[in-house]
Parts: sequence; structure tokens; C-alpha cells
Amino acid sequence: MNHSMDTPVAAPHTTTTNSAGRVMASVMAALAPATLFGFWLYGWPAVYLWLITVSFAMLGEAFCLRLTGRQAIPVLFDGSALLTGWLLAVSLPPWAPWWIGAFGGLFATVLGKQVFGGLGQNLFNPAMVARVALLISFPLQMTAWVAPLPLFSAAAPGLIDGLRITLTGAPPGFDAVASASLLGFAKTEMSRGLDLLQSLAQAPVPGWYGSHPGSMGETAALLIAAGGAAMMMLRLISWHIPFAMLAGIAVPAAILHAVDPARYLDAGTHLLSGGAMLGAFFIATDYVTSPNTPRGQLIFGAGCGLLTWVIRTWAGYPEGVAFAVLLMNSLTPIIDSYVKPRIYGRDRKGVALEPVK
Amino acid sequence: MGLFERIFKEPRWGVHPDDHKRPAADVPLRLLPPPARVYMPLHQHVGGAARPVVLAGQKVLKGQLLAEPQGNISAPIHAPVSGTVAAIGEVTAPHPSGLGFAAITLDSDFEDRWIDTARVADPFSLDPAEIVRLTAAAGVVGLGGATFPAAVKFVLGKRLAVKSLIVNGGECEPYLSSDDRIMRDHAGQVVDGARIVMHAIGAIEALVGIEDNKPEAIAAMRIAAAPFPEVKIMPVPARYPMGSDKQLIQTLTGKEVPADARAAEVGVLVHNVSTCAAVHTAVRLGRPLVERIVTINGGAVAKPGNIFAPLGTLVEELLAFCGLKETPSRLILGGPMMGTPLLHGRIPLVKGASGILAFDAGEALVPAAGPCIRCGGCTRACPMGLLPLEMAARIRTGDLDGAAGFHLTDCIACGCCAYVCPAHIPLVQYFSHAKGELSARQRARLRSDAAKRLAEARIVRLEREAKEKAEVAARRKAERKAAKAAAAAAAAAAQPEGETV
Amino acid sequence: MLIAVGSLAVMGLALGGLLGTAARYLAVEENPVEGQLKEMLPGSQCGQCGYVGCGQAAAALATGQAPVTLCPPGGKALAEALAARLGVKVDLSALTDTGPQLALVAEEICIGCCRCLKTCPTDAIVGAAKQIHNVIREACTGCGACIDNCPTEAMSMVPVAVSLQHWIWPKPASATA
Repeated sequence: MNHSMDTPVAAPHTTTTNSAGRVMASVMAALAPATLFGFWLYGWPAVYLWLITVSFAMLGEAFCLRLTGRQAIPVLFDGSALLTGWLLAVSLPPWAPWWIGAFGGLFATVLGKQVFGGLGQNLFNPAMVARVALLISFPLQMTAWVAPLPLFSAAAPGLIDGLRITLTGAPPGFDAVASASLLGFAKTEMSRGLDLLQSLAQAPVPGWYGSHPGSMGETAALLIAAGGAAMMMLRLISWHIPFAMLAGIAVPAAILHAVDPARYLDAGTHLLSGGAMLGAFFIATDYVTSPNTPRGQLIFGAGCGLLTWVIRTWAGYPEGVAFAVLLMNSLTPIIDSYVKPRIYGRDRKGVALEPVK
Repeated sequence: MGLFERIFKEPRWGVHPDDHKRPAADVPLRLLPPPARVYMPLHQHVGGAARPVVLAGQKVLKGQLLAEPQGNISAPIHAPVSGTVAAIGEVTAPHPSGLGFAAITLDSDFEDRWIDTARVADPFSLDPAEIVRLTAAAGVVGLGGATFPAAVKFVLGKRLAVKSLIVNGGECEPYLSSDDRIMRDHAGQVVDGARIVMHAIGAIEALVGIEDNKPEAIAAMRIAAAPFPEVKIMPVPARYPMGSDKQLIQTLTGKEVPADARAAEVGVLVHNVSTCAAVHTAVRLGRPLVERIVTINGGAVAKPGNIFAPLGTLVEELLAFCGLKETPSRLILGGPMMGTPLLHGRIPLVKGASGILAFDAGEALVPAAGPCIRCGGCTRACPMGLLPLEMAARIRTGDLDGAAGFHLTDCIACGCCAYVCPAHIPLVQYFSHAKGELSARQRARLRSDAAKRLAEARIVRLEREAKEKAEVAARRKAERKAAKAAAAAAAAAAQPEGETV
Repeated sequence: MLIAVGSLAVMGLALGGLLGTAARYLAVEENPVEGQLKEMLPGSQCGQCGYVGCGQAAAALATGQAPVTLCPPGGKALAEALAARLGVKVDLSALTDTGPQLALVAEEICIGCCRCLKTCPTDAIVGAAKQIHNVIREACTGCGACIDNCPTEAMSMVPVAVSLQHWIWPKPASATA
């Protein structure tokens, strides 16, 4: 916008070259290595699912913008809908049928974001709203994980077969091992009365390199963490939420594992499985739905971590990151209203300091 | 910077804008020849406007008193050139509104003849009160932009027994280098002025804070201060707004000025380096403040640099002196972070103007504002620890009291929040609007209370008048009655007599 | 089944009765809002709203008989404050706020009849018979009550000029923040 000199423009007369679009693009760049690795691990169906989820997320956003009479194109270019769809896609089972991605994408931007008034107005993380909605509505499809079948490996589905898997759902001729994720496996075995010491002997071993079944964002834990570190380096996110969330999972897990290893998984397994890494670095750190102050972020992150561990350990679902993040999202306004930075010249309560000579 | 520092050691406040100080800062100081006409505003300082003591048509010498201070907080105005008083009228104020204010117009005789001034060879033998008087009479005000009368601050510092004088050589605003230039070229004056101020307020040390992006100034000041151990040159990290009083005090002394309190209450007093040099000139040479160094910079300026110019010179003349590459797309008085936008160039140079920026079209581009993504960048940048995003959201919906609840009044309008905002929300304008609106409401409330008191007083008056009228009427009636009765009695008394007659 | 229906019915009756009793015994005699509204109004009893005084105007506001925009001297700010206090939404963009105004005596027309100073609710006009009257700026509320009483149309309302000190940055125009 170029102003004429007749209308005064308020200071500051210079501004950062940063923009909302650039922030989103940087987050996507940090997420890209893990996603590409996921594409390689799970093959064409994962690529198709990602494309569908992202497209429908953007479609939902564009539809709502049209409905409210706003120009859709410039808003879509800020990349927030793309990022939301992307985050949702990497949290889905990679071989899920197409309509899971489509529903999810629409859920995320329409119900998760635009009904609140669009970017910056939503109370809950849109990707997690969609994931939870899908999990509750379609529990079967949402927990059907497959063991990795890397692209171009002998058993992996090709371009066309992959499309068939995504479109028709059931993998026909493929003996892709439909297996549970580690957390799901542990939960099932526990409910069968087998303790962890016995069951984990045959469990898929979690690894940094991602050879165990799970979502794209789950198996590439190392790359996710590296992306998170890169975002911290660029000061896109601060260390508070990821650190607090991972600690919130690891500390109770380590303590109870030490007390009773037969009933409680160890901290390492907790951190490397499920959405812990994705949640800590990419989901819980969402600007809009997390507190603004470092102390608030520590509380928020610790709450996310602790709730994740509690849900994983005692609740009906094997995985709890999405629920934990949504619960803590609802507390964000409260945290923000109680935890404020100390103002210069005032104490934490806002009372002026006493002069000290 | 190591990985660990990068992630875990984030600075607590401020921003780091491109400083754009060079090449302008490195160009030697140029002198502006006396302009044909200068406009000397009567209100170039905090406090009451000065009252003219000259008449139109009167001949004046450079440095002659044009207007005397009015009220406890005020400053006199002196002639920046020798010549004739052409008029006492109005000129456009350096203010975003483009409104006018009173000014004395002088036609220069191009001779630049100074009035006779009394020099002081040893200011340290003078009584501090005498230094206060000389500084006040010379019209010295804070030249960093605050324009608070320096002498008033001296009295305050003396009364509160301030120990440390802080000399502000921060100059954290991008583009500006007038303080840098005065430290490079006149370090001796700055150090001498600082020592005179110390003497005036009874301080035992002077801490000169200079941002480390000015190595030449630091070197020059170190040499000038070498004979005086009480004057300590302290480089500080270049970080906006390091030149803000509160932030500089905290960086240099670790002390925090309580909210709603003055710096003197924690035992420090802040004066700008240019102010110190002006005190030196005022006390040693007896010369009032009638000229200053001003930075002319910005993309539209052909030969940017620092100019030593008489006050009252029009901005357009200063720009013409440096040459313009193109028509400026924006004119700013001061720096880009806090400067005042000027609507045109026919505005005089005032005491508090450290720079004039003429931006080209690229620099003047205002990115369109988008929705807040709550990234919290503003909160991390705010040197006061406020929550700009929360305040702006409330002001946008008209909830000014809600915004005030977040201590909006503590905002120093430094512009860090709006600078870092990736959504380019004009946060400072929201805050300026709300502060203005809140104080207007406060004024309206006071006015309405006063009106209420007046209305009640009127009712009381009317009642009293009615009562008095009734009393007077009753008294008259009683008097008449009494008179009548007396007359009747007299008549009655007379009649029997008459009867008897 | 019967027990359930019965217990619910009994509970309903009991709670309903309790509410009814509470409403009767805890009823507030006077509308407390009225007093607060009266405090907010200018209190100059100028009568421009059509009511006799500010007290009557407050009563009308409290009962919803008068709009929050009733008070010209209060202007937009007062209308906003009243709307906030009464919890009503009102579109103030249509309200043409002339801003603060002051009465001005045209000295060449004034005949010194003293009528204006008798009607001024705040005693803001000074003068004496056959002497030119003048308005004390600090005391004038801009209610305009004096205008109609001037036999020579020497009184007028002039807007208060914006000064450098009282100029306010406009609110940013953008719809988003």
C-alpha cells in the first residue's frame, strides 16, 4: 500500500521483512524432510493421502472465505490452510482411504478454524480437531497402521496400485502387514492380561530411523526433532513448549517405569512413539492456540505432556497427543490471563516497584 | 553464536533493525549557511509555550532573546540568525496532524552577528544554582527528542541527591547519527558538558552509554574522558531501544525505574550527549541553544549526512541543501521507529529534531495488515514487558478500559512490537489512538464533573436568592405592617388627644 | 416410573416455589441502574433530551423508554458508556457527533438583555444589563440552552477547534488485528 503524504502514517516507519506467509513457509520447510521420508517409507498411498488432505483443507478454507465474501486467493497464499492440512496428513495412517483425508481436511479448516473467524481466531488446533473428529467417527480406519514398505522395494505398491489403495481402502493383493502401532500393541496386550515384559519381546522395536508402523509424523521421529531444532534455531518457536511437553511425558514415564516395568512403558519408548515428537515440535507450538509468555508456554507444554502420558497409560485410547493438546488449548486463554510477563517497573501483580537508590 | 545460545539465550527485549546509519554517519559535518528566513516556534519543549518579548520590525542579533519562559516548566527561545523580526504568526508544527502553532519569523541579514556573551572560564567554581540559571537562560532542553527543559531536571536531580549522571549516547534509532557525529567531532565538549552537569546536580560519576555500533565515537570519547576518571565510557550492545532512558539505566546500572516514578528517584539522571554539549556551550561560552546537528538521511536524499543548522530552518531547505534524488514518498522528523510523519516540508527545524528522513517509494511502502496469528513476537520484543497483541485486540473492539487494564499507559511507543509483527498490524497507532482517546475521556469526565458542580451551585444560588428575596419581602411586609401599626398607634394616640382638644 | 415422575414433579414444585418466594422477598424496590445512569449524565439539567432534567432522563433510560443517544452534550462518548452500562448494542456510526461545542456571543449584536445568563444551567455566561455578555469557556457545557432565549440571535454554538495537544491518532482502519 502506498500512502499519499496527506494522511499521516504512524511510526514505526520501518518493518521486518518477515510475514505470516513466510512463517508458515518456514514451518513447512522444517516439516518437509520428515514428510519426504514418510513418503519413501509408506509409498504412493501416503503421497496420495497427503495430496488429498491438503487439497481439501484448502478447498474448505476457500469455500468459507467465499461464503463470507472475502477474496480467497490472497488468504490462501498465507499458507496456513496448507500447513493445517499438512499437519493433519502426517498424523493419519498413511494407507487410510481417500475420504479420511478429504473429511479430515474439510473438518480442519471449516470446523477447526473458519467457524471461529479464520486465522488467529480459533481456540483449538485445527489439525487436532480434525484428527480427533476422525478418530471418534472412524476408529477402524484411523487405527489401521501398516508396516513400512519403502518405495521401490519389492513389496511396495506402485503408482497405480497405490492409487487403488487410497481410493478403495482395502489393500487387495498386498500382504502389507496391517499391524498396530507400538502403543496400540502394548495397550491390546495389556488388556489381554499380558504384561509388558512378555509382550514387548515380540513388539515392533521403535527406532529413530523409523522402521515401525505408525503415521508419517510418528515414524520419522528423528527428522521431526531435527525440524523442530531448526525452527528453534530460526527463532520461529522457543524451546519452552517442546521441552516442557517432552519432559511432561518422559518424567512420569521414567518414574513409573522404574517402579513397575511390567505395567509401564519406559520414557524412551514414549518419546519415540505416537505423536510425541510431532506434537511437541509442530502441534503444541501452534502460535494461535498456545500461550504467549515463556512461563505460560512451560505450563502449557507440561500439561500437554502429562495429559498425553495419562491418556496413553490409563485411558481407552492408545494415543493421547491430540486429546491432550486440545484439552490444553481450552486452557490457553486462562493461562494467558493468569501468566503475564512482568512489566518493567512493576512486580508480577502489576504494582509499581519501590524505588531503590 | 553457538547453537545453545541461539536456542536458549534469547535477549529479553528489543529488536535489531537494519541501522542504515552509514554512509551518512561517516560524512564530515557540513555547515548550513544562514537561510533567508527562519521560523522560530514558541513551543519547542515540554511545558508552557514561551512568550514573545520582541516586536515585528525589531532588529535582533543572533542569540538574542525572542521569547521568555512562561510557568515553572518552560524554556526561552532565542534568535538563530541576526536580522529583523518579520512577524509573530503561525507555522505548521512538526506533528502528524499538520496543525499550526505560534512562531516568530525572522528575516536574516546574512551577517550572523552574535550578541555579546559572557564567558565563564571555570564553571566548577560557580555555585550549582548559577549553572542551573545559565542553562535555563540558554533555553537548553533535552536534545534526544524528549525536549524536557534541562535546568528543571538539574534542580530535580539536586533535590533528590542523584549520584550518577547517565549520558545517553545510545542513539539506537536507525538512520540517525547526529549524536554519533557530536561525539566524534566534539567529544571534548560532550565530556566537559557532562562534568558541568555533574557539578550542577552534585553527582559523583558520569556513565556514558554508547552503542557498540559506533566504535569511532567510543574511541573519541575515551580520549576526551581520559583525564577524568569520574567520566566512564561504557559501550553497550546495539539493540533498539537502548537509547530509551529506562532501558539504558537498566543496562548500565542494573536499576529499574519504578512505574510512574522518575529516574531521579533511583538515584540517576539521564542527559543526552547533545544536551551535554549544549550545556557546555551555554555555560562556557554563554551562547544559547540556537543551532544543532541534524541528520539528513533516507533513500530520497542525494548526499545524506549531518548538517549543523540554525533552528527554525525549514525542512525543505535542509533537504534542498543535501539534494533530493526523487520526490520523497514520506518525510519523517526523528528516526524511523518513533519519528513524527510530516505532511510537507514547510515545517521548521526544532530543538528536539535529531534527524530528518526523506524516504523513497521503496522505504515508504506500508505492507497491508493481516490478521494476528498470535505468534507472540510483539510480547518478546516489548522492552516494557507488555502484551501488545492483547491490548490491540481490545482496542480494536473498542474496549479501551480493557486495554488500559494491561497497563497501556506504561507503553513507551518505541515501536518494537509493530516492527516485528509478521502481520504488519499498526500496533503503535492502536496504542496512540487509545492513549489519546482515554485522556480525552478523562478530560471530558473532569469537565462533566465541573459542570455538575456548577449546576448544583447554581441551584443552591437560585434557592438562596429566592429565600433571600422571600426574607426581604417578609421583612418589608413586617416593616410595612409595623409602620402601619405604629402609624395607627400614633394616630390612635393622637386622636384621643385631639378628642380631648 | 411413578416414583421418578413424582419426585421430579415434587422437586419442580419445590424449586419453583423457592424461586417465587425469593423473587418476592429479595425484590429490589428501586431500579439501582437509574442512580448510576444519573451519575453518568452531565447533570446540567439542560433539557435538550426532552426531559425536564437529568434525573428524569436517567429514569427513562433505565426503563428503556429513551435511546442511549439522547444526550447531545454527552456526545458519542456518553452514548457508548450508556450502551455499555445498559448492555445494549447500538450503532453509533450513524450518530453525527458534532464534537464538543461552546457557546459564543456575537458582541456586535448582543444588546445586554441578560436573558441568556438566566437560562444557563452552569452560570457560564457573565454580563449585566446593557453590557455585552461573555461566555466562560471552562464552564460552558455546550448544551445550547441559551440559543433560543436570545432575542437578537447573538448566541451561536461553535465547535471547539482541535488543538495540537488534544489531537488524537485515528484508529487504524484495518478490519483485522
